[in-house]
Amino acid sequence: MLRILLLLAFLAGALPAAAQDAFIEALPGLAGAFGTQAEAVERLGAGGDPRALPVLRALSDGQLRKRDTLIILPNGTDAATGQPADAAGAETVRINNRVRAALRGALGRLQLVSANPDERLAAADSVFRSRSAENIAPLEAAIARESVPRVRERQELALAASRLVAPDAAVKRQGIATLGGASSEDARALLLEARATNPDLAAEVDAAVAAIDGRLAFKRAAETLFQGLSLGSVLLLAALGLAITFGVMGVINMAHGEFVMLGAYTTFMVQEALRGIPWLLPWSLPLSVPAAFLVAGLAGAVLERGLIRHLYGRPLETLLMTFGVGMILQQAVRLAFGAQNREVLSPAWMQGTLSLPGGILITQNRLWVIVFSLLVLALAFAAIRLTRFGLEMRAVVQNRRTAATMGIRTGRVDALTFAFGSGIAGMAGVALSQIDNVSPNLGTGYIIDSFMVVVFGGVGSLVGTLVGAMGLGVLNKIIEPWAGAVLAKVAVLVLIMLFIQRRPRGLFALKGRAADA
Amino acid sequence: MSLNLTRRAALAGLGGALAMPAIRPSFAQGSPIKVGVLHSLSGTMAISETALRDTVLMMIEWANSKGGVLGRRLEPVVVDPASNWPLFAEKARELLAVSKVDVTFGCWTSVSRKSVLPVFEELNGLLFYPVQYEGEEQSRNVFYTGAAPNQQAIPAVEYLMGKDGGEAKRIALLGTDYVYPRTTNRILRAYLNSKGISDADIMEEYTPFGHSDWQGIVSRVKRFAGEGKRTAIVSTINGDANVPFYRELGNQGIKAEDIPCVAFSVGEEELAGIDTKPLVGHLAAWNYFMSVPGAPNDEFKAMWRAYIKNDKRVTNDPMEATYTGFRMWTQAVQKAGTTAVDAVRQAMYGQKVMAPCGYEEEMRPNHHLTKPVMIGEVQENGQFNIVHKTPTAIAAENWSPFIPENASRRG
Repeated sequence: MLRILLLLAFLAGALPAAAQDAFIEALPGLAGAFGTQAEAVERLGAGGDPRALPVLRALSDGQLRKRDTLIILPNGTDAATGQPADAAGAETVRINNRVRAALRGALGRLQLVSANPDERLAAADSVFRSRSAENIAPLEAAIARESVPRVRERQELALAASRLVAPDAAVKRQGIATLGGASSEDARALLLEARATNPDLAAEVDAAVAAIDGRLAFKRAAETLFQGLSLGSVLLLAALGLAITFGVMGVINMAHGEFVMLGAYTTFMVQEALRGIPWLLPWSLPLSVPAAFLVAGLAGAVLERGLIRHLYGRPLETLLMTFGVGMILQQAVRLAFGAQNREVLSPAWMQGTLSLPGGILITQNRLWVIVFSLLVLALAFAAIRLTRFGLEMRAVVQNRRTAATMGIRTGRVDALTFAFGSGIAGMAGVALSQIDNVSPNLGTGYIIDSFMVVVFGGVGSLVGTLVGAMGLGVLNKIIEPWAGAVLAKVAVLVLIMLFIQRRPRGLFALKGRAADA
Repeated sequence: MSLNLTRRAALAGLGGALAMPAIRPSFAQGSPIKVGVLHSLSGTMAISETALRDTVLMMIEWANSKGGVLGRRLEPVVVDPASNWPLFAEKARELLAVSKVDVTFGCWTSVSRKSVLPVFEELNGLLFYPVQYEGEEQSRNVFYTGAAPNQQAIPAVEYLMGKDGGEAKRIALLGTDYVYPRTTNRILRAYLNSKGISDADIMEEYTPFGHSDWQGIVSRVKRFAGEGKRTAIVSTINGDANVPFYRELGNQGIKAEDIPCVAFSVGEEELAGIDTKPLVGHLAAWNYFMSVPGAPNDEFKAMWRAYIKNDKRVTNDPMEATYTGFRMWTQAVQKAGTTAVDAVRQAMYGQKVMAPCGYEEEMRPNHHLTKPVMIGEVQENGQFNIVHKTPTAIAAENWSPFIPENASRRG
């Protein structure tokens, strides 16, 4: 706080007395058209008047009101005089992108001296974007005082960006050199912009851009890999349940996508149920996982006991019947919840991006989906390998008769296995509610992909499903930049068809007697 | 609420199908006028089209409460083409040949309109199409109450290139892979070229319906923006693929101040499923926004809320176009004194309605409405802040001068 006061005193002292009135003069501009507003904001930011900060903040938050040219602060006082104002008939001051961009620069400059390092960081980023030669002095002052390294780093970049637009060529060269050490698209854009206006500096700019490009190439490769793994994790989640119902039991379940959809709607229901309990609401997503497992698992058990068990050994009839069940489930959900998408909120810890060293950006929700998919895989693996239920399941799959003579109730095991696979599909729905639309047709988009992954990875192999899903995800993302999203998908499908021609049993084919069962 | 809604729809549909005779003394003699409703109530497009079905039913209720049209009661015939394009043609034939409807309100995607067009022309039906589209079409059996490209797409790009829009010099055209985005982007590319933006500064990408993985495309747009010129996104992405697209924009931190994105198919209804905080400042171009001030819009909103019995439901541009088209049709029928298609068509030309957008719209002989252009910025509450609008309603150029092979055709 003391630091701010000191600096404000310094700014006030450094400015000519006229600047004090500049605040009053600039203020009515905020009530004008967008162009006038932007100009007024710039003047307020440049004036460095302490009274400007609350006004600009309120404007940016949509809290500022006006009546004619009278500007009223959120606390009900006249911004010009500080006296209580008559707010009757006042309307909110509206802004557009142009004003917002000006605001970002002005607020950034005023907040460079904030006591909060996060605010200073944000301010440095804002000033970086709104660069102007007038920022150089306040930035140099701020850097001299800065103690937090990560903030200083951004401030130096912001300073370099502002130096680029300075009139003096030597100052510009300084800016180019600093920006050449950055590794962001923004820095590259600024340099190229400077190149267009300063042909005499082209050589320096080109060298700096080349240096950035070198680092960007690595960053892009890392991001492509991450995006591929992220797509792969979605495929893995969608396909895991199917790897059990289709891969292990051999049931062609076309309603698999609808179990995923049921899981997503369960997430929505849990969230709505928790609305009354605010402290629990951020945890609605983790709580939805068991709920979705139970709901989808129950639906799976009913489907298996009610219909599928009568059709074992008749794949075509099973396919048609489950297809019908899928349509019934879709329409039922549409009747119950409406055709509109339902909004599932993302908890704060899943929003935004994580920046790794080297400027690599990773979106949080995608990262969590990758983690979650691996957890679900581990759970499925453990259930099959480590539990009594898993043992019985494998026994029934390998030899139904022998298993029955050993006292295993094969019918019950069938129902449980199918319910388990469906439950996993439901858990996938929880994750997909974060990255896709919660709508009745959510599942239809994933059913083909799921079968593709299971067949490609090798029917009956969880490891195959993992490798298949991740491989296809990364492959898709590598092809996409050249071919576009539509052709990339086509190309992947063609490659799988060719692969299946060579290896009909997929990547990880089961060997031995189990394979012939 | 949704249960209520579907029950109402089911009843209305049933009523239509059984052609229940009206036992209401307030109507004069004469059989009821049948109004076909051809909107998808299931499948991908249900998200957008169910609201239009409800709008038509609301307008029928409104007309009946005023004593019907020509003293005859209106009766809805609701069918569900299920977002299935060939089924649209079958259902249209059913409406015209079996139910013998006098007029039809329907279709959203251009591909569904193209599918029903031959049926309406063959059986001389009358279709009111309420959605903005790519133009390059003019059928004597269709009245287009949505915008043509010069009433939406071109002014929006003009705005982006202007001072208020951020003076964009590079444009990324992103769209869903079907006829509307491809034709619109073809027009836009020709327009941008004519404004001195070369092909090197235009990026064009298409995705399938319902696309959900936008990571790659959004990071390519970021890279595209890293060439030192102001960049903007023009989105013709349709349907629910918009939700993950905007989420990805938010997650990758693309702010409207840096790379504004203007959309042609995203309205209040589509924003209802998204957390709009990260999207503040991104734009949409339409001819109506729910936030338009003025009495005609207040009346429209109040009517909708009273009908749907839910204060949270929003209105949007295609609903407004349906409303305006319906009112024009009732006026034309009154003027013609009959529901016969040829007479109504003649009576339609020159019809004027004070539309909820606050402008008087007129049906021109080219079967398109004059419309104002509005550009809105997304606000935190999911509504639009109107940042630009034309002073008057402008006439449609359904044959774009930017498509060389059709440029000489004029309605």
